[in-house]
Amino acid sequence: MRRLIYFVLAFIIWMLLTWQLDAQVIIAGLIVSVIVALLFHEILPKEYRVFISPVRMFWALVYVPVFFYYMIKANFDVVYRALHPKMPIKPGIVKIKTILKTESGITALANSITLTPGTLTVDLTDDGDPASRETFLYVHWINVKSDDVEQATEFIARRFEWFLKRIFE
Amino acid sequence: MSDIIGYILIIVGILFDIFGCIGLVRFPDVYNRLQASTKCVTLGTILLLVGVAVISGLGATSAKAIICAVFILITSPTAAHAIAKGAYASGVKLWENSVVDKYAEESKK
Repeated sequence: MRRLIYFVLAFIIWMLLTWQLDAQVIIAGLIVSVIVALLFHEILPKEYRVFISPVRMFWALVYVPVFFYYMIKANFDVVYRALHPKMPIKPGIVKIKTILKTESGITALANSITLTPGTLTVDLTDDGDPASRETFLYVHWINVKSDDVEQATEFIARRFEWFLKRIFE
Repeated sequence: MSDIIGYILIIVGILFDIFGCIGLVRFPDVYNRLQASTKCVTLGTILLLVGVAVISGLGATSAKAIICAVFILITSPTAAHAIAKGAYASGVKLWENSVVDKYAEESKK
C-alpha cells in the first residue's frame, strides 16, 4: 500500500516536471517511479495516511494559509529586528514539549517552528521514559518571553499542534 | 495584468531577500543569523518563484517553479536545523547577552 502511494506520488511529480504527454516520457517515468517506490519506501515517511484520508487532506489544506500567515508575520518580525538601529533581540535556547507522537508530525512541527516568528529548532529529544513517550524540542528563540517549559510551549507550539494533530496523528 | 502581479511578487521577494541578508550581517551570533537567513530567504525565494509562475501562466515553467517552491519550503528549515545542531555540537557559543540556554543545562546532566 505504501509502495503504491509513493509510486503514484513520484509519477505525478515526474509528469509535472516534464509537462508533456509523450509515450517515451510516460514509460520512462513509470519505470523510474517503480524503482523509486520499491527501493526507497523504507526511508520515506511511515505516516502515509495523510495522502489517502480526505479528512487529513482537508486539515492539511486548512493548515496552509494558517502557516503562511505566521510565516509572513515572522518575516516582518525579522525585518523589524534587523533594521531597528538598537536591534531589539533577547536570544536564548528554551525547551518545549510536544504532544505529537508520529515522526512526520514532529518533523512538520519542527519545520513550522523554524519558519515562524523568532524561533528555530535546534534539537529534539525524548525524556527516556517509554511509558509517557513525550518529545522535547530545544528551540532557539530570538526574543525569550519565558524560559518555563509549559509557558514556552504555550507560546511556540500550541497554535500548530492543534492542526498537526489532526493531520498526522 | 498577470504580468504586473508577477513583477510585484518578484520585487517583494527580492526585498525580503535583501532584508534577510542585512539581518545576516547585523545579528551577533550564528543562531540569530540562521533565524534571519532561513525565514526571509525562504519566503523571498518562494515569492520569486510564485511571481515567475504567475507571469509565465499555466505550463511547464510554472509547474516547475511551484514544485521548486514546495521543495524549498521543506528543505530550508531542515537545513537550518542541521546547521544549528552542527554549530552547537562543534562548540559555537551563544551570544554573550543571551538570556537562557536550556540545551547546555540539560546536556550537562
